[in-house]
Parts: sequence; structure tokens; C-alpha cells
Amino acid sequence: MTEQHSPVDPEAARRLLGRMMLIRQFEERCVELYSAARIRGFLHLYQGEEAVATGVMDVLDPGDAVVSTYREHGHALARGIEADRLMAELFGMSEGVSHGRGGSMHIFDVSRRFYGGNAVVGGGLPLAVGIALADAMRGSRRVTACFFGEGAVAEGEWHECMNLAALWQLPVLFCCENNLYAMGTALARSESETDMALKAAAYEMSAWPVDGMDVLAVRDAAERAGDAIRAGGGPHFLEFRTYRFRAHSMYDPELYRDKAEVEQWKQRDPIMLFRSRCIDDGILDEDECQTLLEQADAVVDAAIAFADGGTVEPVEDLTRYVTSEKA
Amino acid sequence: MSAEITYREAMREAIREAMTRDDRVFLMGEDVGRYGGCFGVSHGLLDEFGPERIRDTPLSESAFVGAGIGAAINGMRPIVEIMTVNFSLLALDQIMNNAATLLHMSGGQVNVPVVIRMTTGGGRQLAAQHSHSLEGWYAHIPGIRVLTPATLDDARGMLQPALEDPDPVLIFEHGSLYNVRGELSEHARAVDITAAAIRRPGRDVTILTYGGSLPKALDAANALGDHGIDAEVLDLRCLRPLDEAAILESVARTHRAVVVDEGWRSGGISAEICARIVEGAFYELDAPIGRVCSAEVPLPYAKHLEDAALPQVDDIVSACRRAMAGE
Repeated sequence: MTEQHSPVDPEAARRLLGRMMLIRQFEERCVELYSAARIRGFLHLYQGEEAVATGVMDVLDPGDAVVSTYREHGHALARGIEADRLMAELFGMSEGVSHGRGGSMHIFDVSRRFYGGNAVVGGGLPLAVGIALADAMRGSRRVTACFFGEGAVAEGEWHECMNLAALWQLPVLFCCENNLYAMGTALARSESETDMALKAAAYEMSAWPVDGMDVLAVRDAAERAGDAIRAGGGPHFLEFRTYRFRAHSMYDPELYRDKAEVEQWKQRDPIMLFRSRCIDDGILDEDECQTLLEQADAVVDAAIAFADGGTVEPVEDLTRYVTSEKA
Repeated sequence: MSAEITYREAMREAIREAMTRDDRVFLMGEDVGRYGGCFGVSHGLLDEFGPERIRDTPLSESAFVGAGIGAAINGMRPIVEIMTVNFSLLALDQIMNNAATLLHMSGGQVNVPVVIRMTTGGGRQLAAQHSHSLEGWYAHIPGIRVLTPATLDDARGMLQPALEDPDPVLIFEHGSLYNVRGELSEHARAVDITAAAIRRPGRDVTILTYGGSLPKALDAANALGDHGIDAEVLDLRCLRPLDEAAILESVARTHRAVVVDEGWRSGGISAEICARIVEGAFYELDAPIGRVCSAEVPLPYAKHLEDAALPQVDDIVSACRRAMAGE
């Protein structure tokens, strides 16, 4: 958890900062759109955790697979899924990545090997194990990155999957986003052992904690783990210590945590931290950072316009995609 | 010329053929390898195909069923074996929330070509956690196909088309059938898995059944012949989607129907079949529809109690005679 200062070139700095800003601006606009009833259902936002998705995705190859959670807008954007099609999905439109069938919690893009969007906590873990099993059986060097929150660690499926992945030495990068709260239940209220990496290590896999507010630390850890997995080192477990700045979902009055605690974590805002570092180290200047922010806003504006101009799925197509359509 | 074969051996031959013709096919489950399968279905296959493709798993139903789903979406064609349908409840999240749902939730992107086999049914004094018939529950779920091979030909011939189906297929093997011995018909390879089959044509009453109840229904039909009643036996074969046309066509000819189902009566598949008949052939009926189901108890151990709880030949005969009397 020590501050690392890995070298970062201006191009990488722009990429990482730009992606984190895109996620932040996208999520902030989602709040407004939810209030305006353009987005409905459950909406779980990612503000505060941007460094995790951004750092991990930065080191994945196009052939690698990603399995995600219901708080996955950030994962999707960092994986390169177009903001247009993501926003259209939130609007329930035909142009959405899942044709309006999935919504905020079920973002899929098979062309980017992005396998959702799982809204049953822990439910994506077996899928990731199976995707990795298929790769292993075919001798591929691809990695499956599986995201889940620390709440999933209490699920039986988590223990089954840690064991199976380690037993079969499968190429899975387990990315635990420890934001300290499973919805409203603090970690210490739900776990007898609150050190997630220690729990994973009990399954005989390499596991360590990472500062999830430091995008370079995230990227370095994911790269190191990914390289080891590709070299045949079996599954690795990274516990990203992070924090969610917003409520669990739009229905959450946040009765379970102090505002002071939230404010304290905001002092370590991953975007602010990285931006300051880039400026302090002379990698980017203020104008460049401002330009990146404006570019992110422009992408989100365009995404909203795209979703606004979308078409609704015909009701006659309601029962499509229940079973495969024969070619 | 063909030698006698058991249902168990027919199933094993089907697995062997599938694995020989397609290297994407593998078998995974508890004790399928070194033990030879809990019910002996996979006996000998480990030596033939090796531990990569005849894959013993830990007792982690959710993880290995989910891993089968993950492997399927990543290009493999897994056959997952669950010891009994009661244990499948530990994997219900994966079957229901992932296998059956991913295609729709992803707007048609993620199809799941997995085959999940399991033993079902009572009659072997295995008591209440190994004996139930829950296939009707699974038939409630859109997105999966539910097969119930009741004959040697179906044991031999349903697996291949199930593997070719782009969507998840559940195969329920009634435990009382494994030792059934007989000869395969000449065209016992890939069978039609969409259609019901008339196992005994008759004019007076249709007995609608499937799986382990088929032999009982045939015995009952023979006994009814002694009373001058010519019963037709319709083997449903596929509980989802139901072959409604075959059901209605038979009832329209015989004008009487008796449904035999080892599941419980309340909310079971027998209720669904009755409803389809009432919806589609009400004016064809000359008598109320009869039902022979399991008593509404968890299946007991003692033989006389278990026998009393399960549908028996005499019960079917009585139900058909009542139907003939218009009762």
C-alpha cells in the first residue's frame, strides 16, 4: 500500500486521466438523468472507484475476457464500450448494447469479450472460472478478469470459485473492489476476517492488497498479476482498497455511514490524485487536464444525444432472445 | 444383430460418441472420473479420454455448473453432471440467473450451449433428499430445454442434438431406468428432441407421461387392455417446450386424458398439461382430466411408504377407468 511512483509517459497519462474523467462525467450525468426519469430501475454508480477499472483494463489485451458486476458502467467504459451504446442501454433503447433488455446492471459486449453485468452478488465468479477453463483447455494465454465487491466474499460461490480456480490453476485475475460496504453493511459487520487478500491466500493463490485510489498502483499490480497468470502462474487475487463516493443506488439514503467519512475519502479522490501527480511531475499541464475534462464532457453530451435519438424496441420483439434464433 | 444394452450404457455410448466427434465436448461433475460416475454412467471414460476431458470436480455445484456455463460461452461444449436433482438446487442460481437468462439479458449476444444432466425421481428408498422429481420446476423457466429420456433410444439419441442446441439443455435421467435393458432400434442415433412420441397407440384414453413413469404407464395400458380399454400412451419427452400439438391431437382422438407425473400435483407440470388441454381441447373432452401424481409429502424411506407416495400402475389403471366412466 506504499505510494508508488512508476514512470508514466504523457500519452499514458492522458489516456488514464481521460478515461477516469469520462467515467466520472458519465456517472455524474446519470444522476441528473435519473432525477429526470430518463433512466429508471436500479442505478449503481462508480464515482470514487474509477482508478480500479481504468488501471486494470489498461493492461488487458483485446482477447482477454471481463466479467463484471451491477456497478459496471466504469468497467464497460474502461474496456472501450462506446458511451453512446452504454447510455442508450440505460435509456432502454434498441441501440443499447443489450437492446434495452439489460439496463444499467446488465451491460454486455461480446465483441469486447465483456460478459456482463451480473446482478446476483458472486454470480459472475463461476462464469469467469468457466471462461478461463475453456481458455486453459485450449492452451490459450488469455486472462479472464473478474470484478466483484468485497460483499461477494461472504457468498459460498466465492469460496467454491477460489478453490476451483486454484485447484485447476486457471488464468483468472480476481479483482476485488473493496469499497468497505456491502450495500449498507460495513465489512467488519459481515466478515470475521476483514483482510480479503488474506482470505484468498488461504486458497493457495497469490493475493495482495492494492491502493485502489492510485491508478498507477492499480495498473502496476494488474500488470504484474496478469504477466504471472500468462506465464502459467494460475489465478491471482488483487484486493483494491477503494471507496464509493455516491450512495449504493439511487434509493439509498446513506444512513449507515458518516458524511465525515465520505469527505475524508474524497481527499483521496483518484482523479484529483492522479491529476495533481501529473502536474507536479511535469507530465501534463493544467490546460491539458482541462482539455481532457472538456473532451470527456463532450463524449457524454454526445452519448446523451445519441440515446435521446434512439428508437424503442418493437413490442412485437418482446420474446426475442429467449432462445437462439436459427441462422 | 444388436446386443442388449442398458439405459446406463446407452447414455455412456452417447457421451463417448459426442466426445469422439467433437473435441470441444467434455464431461465435468462430482465423481465422474475415478469413481466412474455416481450411477456408473461414465465408468471407463476416464481411461479413454483422460482427466482433462473427464473432469472430477469438488463438491461445489454452483461453481462447476457455472463453470460449465462459462466454458460454453467461451466456445466449449460441456456436459455437466449433477448427482441428483435435489443437489441441483445448490446450482439453481447459475441455471436460472445465468444459463437461462444471459441470452435475453444481453440482447441476443451470449448464447449458452451447455448440457446439464442429472438423476431424478424416487423408488429406490433414498428418502427425501435424493428422490424428488423437480424437472417440472425447471420447465417453468424460459430459455432452457428440459428433456426426459425414458427409453433406450432416447438415452442413446438425445445427447447429440442437445449438444447441438445453441441454448442450455437439461437432461433428467430417472434413477429407476439405469438398469433397464433392451435392444436399441436401428435408428437410435440423434433423435428429434422437440416432439412427443406415441409409445402405444390407443383409441379410448390418452395417458400423458414422461421419464420414469413411462414404463408404469405402459404396464397400466396393458392391464387396461384386459378390461377392454384401449389406452394410448404419449411420452412427452420434452417438458419445455411442451409439444402441445401432439398433446391436443391425441386428446382430440381419444377424448379422455390422464396425466401421470412423479412430481407433486400442486403447481406441477401435470397442472400445466391439464391447463393446456383445457385451453386447447376443452370441447373434445368426454370426461374430467385425471391426474396421478406423487403424494404431497417429502418422499419417505420405508418401502411401503415410498410405494404409497409414488404413482403406481394400479393408480393409473384406476384413473383411466374413472375417465372411461366419465368420473
